[in-house]
Amino acid sequence: MATAKEIKSKIGSVQNTQKITRAMEMVAASKMRKTQDRMNASRPYAEKMREVISHLAKSHPEYHHLFLDKREEKRAGYIVIGTDRGLCGGLNVNLLKLMSKELKRCQDSNVEFDLCLIGQKTQAFFKRAGGNVLATASQLGELPTLKTLIGIVKVMFDAYADKSIDALYIAHNDFVNTMTQKPILQQLLPLVPEESGQLDYYWDYIYEPDAKEVLELLLRRYMEAQVYQAVVENIACEQAARMVAMKNASENAGNIIDDLQLAYNKARQASITTELADIIGGSEAISD
Amino acid sequence: MSKTMQVEIVSAEEGIFSGPANMIYAKGDLGELGIAPNHTQLLTVLEPGAVRVVTDNEEQVFYVSGGLLEVQPYVVTVLADFAMRAADIDEAAAIQAKKQAADLLTSKKGEFDYSKATSELARAIAQLRTVEHLKSKDSLK
Repeated sequence: MATAKEIKSKIGSVQNTQKITRAMEMVAASKMRKTQDRMNASRPYAEKMREVISHLAKSHPEYHHLFLDKREEKRAGYIVIGTDRGLCGGLNVNLLKLMSKELKRCQDSNVEFDLCLIGQKTQAFFKRAGGNVLATASQLGELPTLKTLIGIVKVMFDAYADKSIDALYIAHNDFVNTMTQKPILQQLLPLVPEESGQLDYYWDYIYEPDAKEVLELLLRRYMEAQVYQAVVENIACEQAARMVAMKNASENAGNIIDDLQLAYNKARQASITTELADIIGGSEAISD
Repeated sequence: MSKTMQVEIVSAEEGIFSGPANMIYAKGDLGELGIAPNHTQLLTVLEPGAVRVVTDNEEQVFYVSGGLLEVQPYVVTVLADFAMRAADIDEAAAIQAKKQAADLLTSKKGEFDYSKATSELARAIAQLRTVEHLKSKDSLK
């Protein structure tokens, strides 16, 4: 059985760990609020953009943009958005599980794939797992700006435009609420029009200056908005997941400390008892 | 009262305006646009400048740095790259930016991005024009 001193030092180290997890929980909680605000602020743009795009898909444009065409899928592109740092529960693991399943499906149906990785954790994973990486970005911070993402979006955009990939998907965590984050995979290109009963008659936009230029700009903005939204959402997920994970860790540390404290008390009591028995035994031997 | 349409002004970082309006004015790529309810579908690129929204009892002015304008008969959506209420523009900062951009253009020092400087200058001038418009309106009252 461990001595009282050993147990005491173990309690100390668990207490230190608990202090760290508590601090991380509080930091994550305050960051979560900020990142959630950012996520909600940029939502209207992404939603309006999606609305305009779905109107567009329903129009009958004189100029047919290649982003609206469906091609046979021989090579697919994936934008995978993970976190830079760990200690955020199963966030990255769940996402990468989803991706592995998807990539397995690709291999089974003989579709090759290219990757665009955001966040160091996804980069580390695919370094081990392999795969052709076209672009990466990491260290975006808690409040990324659209500017930092334009470069990598362009790489994937161009790859689609020159037909080196036939479809583009994006995988990230969806913020359901503080307790729940769900990994999802969405198709970005070719565009998937949303179903709605309106606007089914024959019409087209007036384009100024001309259709090609306007559509080019619109679709580029659309892509950027979708990727940006996914990134800010994933960051909000990260902070929420970290907060929950650290809360659990602090609670577990508390339980371990309780158990150790009990063991320590028992060990101390046992040593006192043996000492007493020794003294009594000794004094009886002298008095005899 | 006359017919209204739903107007939505959103920028990449936040939603700026949402509500019914009687008329909206913006600066498109091919010139000034005035859009009333029931306008035909239109999709255009926006130039940096003011977007004016006329509602029942007032006119609101916004500054956009460029973007897209989508018109449907009862919905007008402004997808701005960057937008703000004109009242929030810091005039001093805009003047400063204009001066800097103009300096950049006139200075003949070797390496500098000509197109970037021109676009910065256009942006600063557009901001100033928005502020001036707001001021002239105030003085009329």
